[in-house]
Amino acid sequence: MSDMTADASTELPRARSDWLPLLLVPALALLALPFVGSPSTWVTLTVAGLAMGMMIFLMASGLTLVFGLMDIINFGHGVFISLGAYATLLVLGPLAGWATADSLGLNLALLLLCILAAMALTGVVGAVFERVIVRPVYGSHLKQILVTMGGLIVTEQAIHAIWGASPIPIPLPQSLRGAFVLGDIVMERYRVVAVVIGLAVFTGMQLLLNRTRIGLLIRAGVENPEMVEALGYRIRRLFVSVFIAGSALAGLGGVMWAFYRQTLTAGMGMEVMVLVFIVIIIGGLGSVGGCFVGSILVALVANYVGFIEPKLALISNILVMALVLIWRPQGLFPVARR
Amino acid sequence: MSTSPSFALALPFDETRRRGGFFSTILSSDMPRSRVLSIILLTILLLLAATPFLFSGSQPVSTAAKICVFVVLVASYDLLLGYSGIVSFAHTMFFGIGGYGIAIALERMGPTWSSAAIGLLSALVLSALLAVAIGLLSLRVRAIFFSMITLAVASAAAVLASQLSDVTGGEDGLSFQLPPALRPAFRLLSEPLFGTAVNGRLLAYYLVFFVSLVVFLILLRIVNSPFGRVLQAIRENEFRAEALGYRVVAYRTAASVISALAATVAGALMALWLRYNGPDTTLSFSIMVDILLMVVIGGMGTMYGAVIGAALFVLAQSYLQVLMSAGSTALAGIPLLPDLIHPDRWLLWLGALFIVSVYAFPGGIVGRLRQAKQ
Repeated sequence: MSDMTADASTELPRARSDWLPLLLVPALALLALPFVGSPSTWVTLTVAGLAMGMMIFLMASGLTLVFGLMDIINFGHGVFISLGAYATLLVLGPLAGWATADSLGLNLALLLLCILAAMALTGVVGAVFERVIVRPVYGSHLKQILVTMGGLIVTEQAIHAIWGASPIPIPLPQSLRGAFVLGDIVMERYRVVAVVIGLAVFTGMQLLLNRTRIGLLIRAGVENPEMVEALGYRIRRLFVSVFIAGSALAGLGGVMWAFYRQTLTAGMGMEVMVLVFIVIIIGGLGSVGGCFVGSILVALVANYVGFIEPKLALISNILVMALVLIWRPQGLFPVARR
Repeated sequence: MSTSPSFALALPFDETRRRGGFFSTILSSDMPRSRVLSIILLTILLLLAATPFLFSGSQPVSTAAKICVFVVLVASYDLLLGYSGIVSFAHTMFFGIGGYGIAIALERMGPTWSSAAIGLLSALVLSALLAVAIGLLSLRVRAIFFSMITLAVASAAAVLASQLSDVTGGEDGLSFQLPPALRPAFRLLSEPLFGTAVNGRLLAYYLVFFVSLVVFLILLRIVNSPFGRVLQAIRENEFRAEALGYRVVAYRTAASVISALAATVAGALMALWLRYNGPDTTLSFSIMVDILLMVVIGGMGTMYGAVIGAALFVLAQSYLQVLMSAGSTALAGIPLLPDLIHPDRWLLWLGALFIVSVYAFPGGIVGRLRQAKQ
């Protein structure tokens, strides 16, 4: 595992770069090729898997970020996904005409508005959630799990009370339906949009975390919150903003997931939380990069296995997780931690 | 009495043990320690024991049987949550394995006692293997891995059960025949006893009742054994327990296995009573949420909390919704309020109660009663 050659005498100690897990994704894709058979099907599956992975990443990134910084495990994260999904109704109601208009610009603007509305709503609810539900139980994982489960139940029921308990269909904007066809390769348009948004968010997060002052503080807070506080920074304010950002990211993921499923249910967030947990465990709790790799890994495996041996697809996620944990019990990118 | 020397050394500071006495032996020296609590527990026990003779109709007996099963299920969950301090979301999976074990065996191999035994045994073995695998995979690193991994595994199990319809009956579940002695047509006595026919249904109820009682007492014994004390020590301070030489992973995994086995028995009882097992009766995530609510509201870290939590919750489930529906109709016309107390929204209020309990009464009802005494 420690195949890195560290030349410590001449350089400052650098962050240990660990490329091995990154190789897993291309290795897996290549491994799947002979089993899938036809290359065009393989490309279709791979692109679909990447898109799926991006959506999972969008939903999971907030959770792993919050865990990394605040050491809080939020089992109620799923309800922010649902809330984000339902927030699209606030936009789709008055602007229904934009969805049916046959104009890519108008459709994308609608998607963007949905995303903004969802992020605003989940951000606000996240702030309340942090204040009311999470703050009293900092430091105790057991109570966090219990209390955030309670918050999940209450918020889910509140969604039922406000929007009704029956599933609500939401249509995909006109020009995002259908697929691009290049020869034998089929790429759903919406999945391409999902890949673009997912990559943009990942790049944005990486830049924010690694190239800005705030990112530096966040990373420092992950390593040693007391020291950051001692240096005069208000770590609490940082905590709250990261929690709000994490909730807003879940809202963003919720919108993408809602348009993908094209149905809204209050339980949709909790259903996808299973995948989210698997992904952040695989990635290493608290690691954004690990979360990204884990999402793609899980989604690709699910797609390949679903094509090759559909019966096995039901438990393929669990198998991937088990294998990764046997290899690295802390996940792919273990985060140094108290 | 049963108090061994090492046991005495492990006494925690809050324990006021009385040595000797019949009840003390039965209850493994873990007395209720509150008069009100003792009275409530005794009332629940007597009511459950006499339900078939006290109430007519099938609804009260079914409610009582459900309470018995849930007492075992919740108590076994409390062994994990309250005593070991780890949160599992796979408890319904073991509950379901027990149910399916009985259901599949009785359906495939005919309604005999031996097929029920084979079904239960294989379910127990499967549960134990799964619990060991999950424990060793996740508890090695951090206890919160366990929560997430159990959630993932449980949901995979639920999907498997609904997909493998050749074996499990899929979404429809399995209905099956009970051994002849447990069928309603079977008469033990030709004359009714205290106005109640002594038939197979009555026997089935008492089978559920006594097995639940015995399993509950065994669990009570386990948490008050030296083993149980180590679990509590790990809960309080994992690092110190490890430093004292206890293998934390082994203890936690063992607790998880015991808890899984008890849940499997509860699942088997549930299937026997309902003569049916399906995803909704044993495997669904909402049952997992119910169990959490029962443990926390009843009181984490006390087996008696499970009894009170289960009794209260099952009764509320059966009768509170009627009350809420009355309130909802009374408030018709006011915006949102009728929706909030609509009978389908009762989980909203239980969820709020749950959050408040975790903050304000971490000991739940039992902790509250014991405090009031001091």
